[in-house]
Amino acid sequence: MSHTEQDKHSHYADTAPGDESLDGYEAAEDVGTYLIGLGLATLLTLVSFFISRTTLVWEPSIPVALAVLAIAQMGVHLVFFLHITTGPDNVNNVLALAFGVLIVLLVIVGSLWIMAHMNHNMMPMDQIMQMQS
Amino acid sequence: MLGKLSWAAIPFDQPIPLFTAALVGVAIICVLAWVTLKGWLPYLWREWITSVDHKRIGIMYILLAMVMLLRGFADAIMMRSQQALAFQSEGYLPPEHYDQIFSAHGTLMIFFVAMPFVIGLMNFVMPLQLGIRDVAFPTLNSVSFWLTATGALLVNISLVVGEFARTGWLPYPPLSELTYSPGVGVDYYLWSLQISGVGTLLTGVNFVTTVLKIRAPGMTLMRMPMFCWTTLASNLLIVAAFPILTATLAMLLLDRYLGFHFFTNEAGGNLMMFMNLIWAWGHPEVYILILPAFGIFSEVISTFSGKPLFGYRSMVMATMAICVLSFTVWLHHFFTMGAGADVNAIFGIASMIIAVPTGVKVFNWLFTMYGGRVVYSPPMLWSIGFMVTFVIGGMTGVLMAVPPADFVLHNSLFLVAHFHNVIIGGVLFGAFAGYTYWFPKAFGFRLHDGLGRASFWCWIVGFYVAFMPLYVVGLMGMTRRMQHYDVPEWRPWLLIAAGGAAIILVGIILQIAQLVVSIRRREELRDETGDPWNGRSLEWATPSPPPAFNFAVLPSVEGDEAYWGIKQRTRQQARLGEEPSYADIEIPRNSPTGFTCAFFATFMGFALIWHIWWIVALAALGAFATFVIFAWRDEVEYVIPADAVARIDRDNRTARGEFALSGAVS
Repeated sequence: MSHTEQDKHSHYADTAPGDESLDGYEAAEDVGTYLIGLGLATLLTLVSFFISRTTLVWEPSIPVALAVLAIAQMGVHLVFFLHITTGPDNVNNVLALAFGVLIVLLVIVGSLWIMAHMNHNMMPMDQIMQMQS
Repeated sequence: MLGKLSWAAIPFDQPIPLFTAALVGVAIICVLAWVTLKGWLPYLWREWITSVDHKRIGIMYILLAMVMLLRGFADAIMMRSQQALAFQSEGYLPPEHYDQIFSAHGTLMIFFVAMPFVIGLMNFVMPLQLGIRDVAFPTLNSVSFWLTATGALLVNISLVVGEFARTGWLPYPPLSELTYSPGVGVDYYLWSLQISGVGTLLTGVNFVTTVLKIRAPGMTLMRMPMFCWTTLASNLLIVAAFPILTATLAMLLLDRYLGFHFFTNEAGGNLMMFMNLIWAWGHPEVYILILPAFGIFSEVISTFSGKPLFGYRSMVMATMAICVLSFTVWLHHFFTMGAGADVNAIFGIASMIIAVPTGVKVFNWLFTMYGGRVVYSPPMLWSIGFMVTFVIGGMTGVLMAVPPADFVLHNSLFLVAHFHNVIIGGVLFGAFAGYTYWFPKAFGFRLHDGLGRASFWCWIVGFYVAFMPLYVVGLMGMTRRMQHYDVPEWRPWLLIAAGGAAIILVGIILQIAQLVVSIRRREELRDETGDPWNGRSLEWATPSPPPAFNFAVLPSVEGDEAYWGIKQRTRQQARLGEEPSYADIEIPRNSPTGFTCAFFATFMGFALIWHIWWIVALAALGAFATFVIFAWRDEVEYVIPADAVARIDRDNRTARGEFALSGAVS
């Protein structure tokens, strides 16, 4: 699809991936965002490794801290690398993200719930072994 | 040197596969020789194999689906005849062969018939309906197609070299683990699905992007034809669900190849997790198949009733509701595994709720027909046949969504009858309706009407004769996948079912005859106007077959039912709109990337199945090199000059003007 056509329907639809208009395009600004993202992502990773071995924090809080750091890491990736923003041309991306999160939650929470019930209803392993012998 | 591969892999002692393979081999060699002698190979390579045109890729998808339908149906005939014969005897198929047949039947019919058929139709129709020139990523589209073809090829190679899975169409562990299935059958299954699964996922990404990002000017989401909406929903489901399949099969592969313990009995493995994950994909999958069929019926019923689709907005809502709800019902495939009453109750209720939007759709189709001037042409016959059959299948489904009833019916032939009732009556009838409906758009001539009707009647009668008895024997307690049995009460019903399969066979022969006769009489069936059914959406605004660029000028959409609006205006003003100013059109260049990738993927899959590691390495390198070469290409597009566009479009305008103004429209 040619660029002239893209321009023509840019009034109706937002730009396609990789087809961002070149007007006012600042490569340096772009690289800047990526660098900030890289910095934050590295920082969060380092903190995770640090916190898992440290004795500075109360020990039972470490898993919670790791989960928080992991979620922050996802946020950094979404904002700085996948460019999810709240801008008007981002409705599709935000909706897609919401759909993805919903499905992932359904599948993970559903699976945990189902498997927990299955395990609960399953005869304890030693009893099965007794029946087999 | 050749891993597990040796002469022992070829079943010299089994006459049936060997004879079939010889026959197919001879047929393939004959076709290749014919094509080569006629000098068509360069043409095929240039215009089809390397094509990135969504229309041609769509046609190739459908061709693949139809060839695989024949293979899958041959399996069906063998199963039905085996069960007809195997009363208190062994029948003619030994158990290990029979098990491969029902596994291959299910795998082929879902992954290599139903999927390519609906993806092919979406490929061909969706960009035309949106008023655009191609999908978002044309070369990726070609890669998707050829990877799907690779999967189909691998499944069929298993007929001659080695064996296919004996586990059923979903390889449940522990049976599918190395301990109980040491052969290559399950590996054939896993690698062909992993490879074709990549293709399907890429299609999903491609089509979602296309619908969301590239539409003709003025084609807002709520002006899209219903088929585009169902395409969007179906591909959203592909993107969301297929990674689950890939991950699950990858875990099984790790179990089989590297001694992992995801689904084994020992060492902390949990085989129930496999059922859970495979159905978390498997249930959305049935909606991936049926939603595009719903879209096709919406288009067909509206066109042949001469009315806009009743309740368009409720149809959109129902489609998107199904899209989300389809992820909340997967446990109903394993009610009997023992999750307990509250889990079963929740998923049972969710399964009944998802029937509601489907019911909304059925009423919308009925109200579309109500008060319309219904033309009973073959696509419409398939649609009406669908409505009756699908409602029956849907009701038996709701019955099985009741957990206590499911405990009685689980894995019985009642279940087999139910899902054939919705897949044949829904997906396959939809695919055939779409095939007949859009055939003139694809090739410029209609399919023979009488033979189409005859094949429809054979299919629908054959379907009822073949599957209603299965409901009965299912209620009598017959389980699925039985190689032989000794209950005299079942016998008459299974004989009737075999007769039904024979009637369907006649239907298929009539379809082949219809295609042959239509090609031979194409001059009298020619579609001169590009709008043979008095259609309402933009695909009918193009000539039949459409030029490579689809639309000389991108249509400007000013309301619902874009092409109907254009026709109305033409008639009111008694002339065509002003001739547009034509511009050069850039078209993506054909590329052998897809074919080359699939070529290497075939070798890689085959070598992985047989543990021939040096070929795996070489083929992986080849596939990566293909990608690099593609990424570094400089000429991505070629230009069709404005005067060539104008010449092609003027013919179209003339034909269209005569047609619109002759009053044939009203």
